[in-house]
Amino acid sequence: MPKIVFEGQEYLAEDNETVLDCLIRHDVSVNYSCRAGVCQSCMMMMEEGTPSEASQKGLKDALRAQSYFLMCSFVAEEDIRISRPGKDFQGMETGVLALDKLSDDVLRVRLARPENYSYFPGQFLNLQNPDGVERSYSLASLPDDEDFLELHVRHIPGGKVSGWVHTALKTGDRVTISPATGDCFYTPGQPGQNLLLIGTGTGLAPLYGILRDALRQGHQGDIHLYHGSSVVEGLYLVDALKALDAAHANMHYHPCVSQGTPPAGIISGRADQKALEAIGKLDSWRIYLCGREDMVKSARQKAFLSGASLKDIYTDPFVPAVD
Amino acid sequence: MSDSLYNRLGGEAAVDAAVDIFYRKVLADDRINEFFDGVDMDRQAAKQKAFLTMAFGGPNNYTGEDMRKGHAHLVARGLNDSHFDAVVENLGGTLKELGVSDELIGEVAAIAESTRNDVLGR
Repeated sequence: MPKIVFEGQEYLAEDNETVLDCLIRHDVSVNYSCRAGVCQSCMMMMEEGTPSEASQKGLKDALRAQSYFLMCSFVAEEDIRISRPGKDFQGMETGVLALDKLSDDVLRVRLARPENYSYFPGQFLNLQNPDGVERSYSLASLPDDEDFLELHVRHIPGGKVSGWVHTALKTGDRVTISPATGDCFYTPGQPGQNLLLIGTGTGLAPLYGILRDALRQGHQGDIHLYHGSSVVEGLYLVDALKALDAAHANMHYHPCVSQGTPPAGIISGRADQKALEAIGKLDSWRIYLCGREDMVKSARQKAFLSGASLKDIYTDPFVPAVD
Repeated sequence: MSDSLYNRLGGEAAVDAAVDIFYRKVLADDRINEFFDGVDMDRQAAKQKAFLTMAFGGPNNYTGEDMRKGHAHLVARGLNDSHFDAVVENLGGTLKELGVSDELIGEVAAIAESTRNDVLGR
């Protein structure tokens, strides 16, 4: 059995057991959330041993080069020694500037942007509650125009972080956030490419950042945003998106509701289905998919089969926490 | 014609051009796409690239044992000659779409064919 050395202690891993599962089994206190290689909460540095490709998926090149890896995605085949991330990659404190209701169950959280905090709209950060539990939230704000970080937090029944945000958090409170990460953001260079943005629920948060970033950078191609919700009350930022649609000839906002008969101006059906039906062939399109994991997965495959290249499909699947 | 098959096909650039087309054909093929239900698309695309590199006569470390291990769970789910034929057909279709000559397609198909018994666990 391979040995995992961490903070001066040795832990024996069972066959096929991930490093994270091994440490949890031994009651070691470490950060984690999604356990699916997405949220990056369980990132550690490997001092001895070699991280696998899968355990470095989604990490920035600089982090890969320094042997950072995700414990939930690594099964040790031989002895390894690991340590917590360096100070640059640990959390930082900031203040809550404003809390505003966007819909019945979505709160807009604006945090003071720490000095030198760099990010691309659409990337995500991890927000910690006072018990140290972390959840990932995407950034809807624009770093060049806005001096705050904007998150859209949906109240999940029993949610350890969203419940705290919705019931206890107050303006002026101090909170801990991680650096921003993730590869779902707008990149300039092909201003004429058509963009298709599909989001469900608070999948609108990253898309709201990406959309405004693209417009700000003078994107010329068509930009179609499909925002889906099961019920009409779940759509939010409707007026702001309508205003962007009216102000930009190439921006098209398509709100969708999957249950019941929606009022005029709102499409009846699932956002991903309606978008793919309406647009058809996606050769040379760039596609952003954010929200429910099952929607993101199935829409990704459909978009690929409709002609989009895999490298042109950016995704931000919301993986439910399992702790 | 002393140049290797891999170089005559166009090397890594040719593989990159073929991956999307080939993977799309496989996923759209109802004879075989059930075997790809629920797989991670990034990992699968990486595997397709490794497979195409091998079939194109390029650098690879595949062994017969890898092929057996890698497909055993699919053989248990009923993977057989007809599925293997469908993959080879999609491979040929991909190369045709890229304008590769029939002669070179034949060479690629022969390399793919050489893995049949290992893939099917025989």
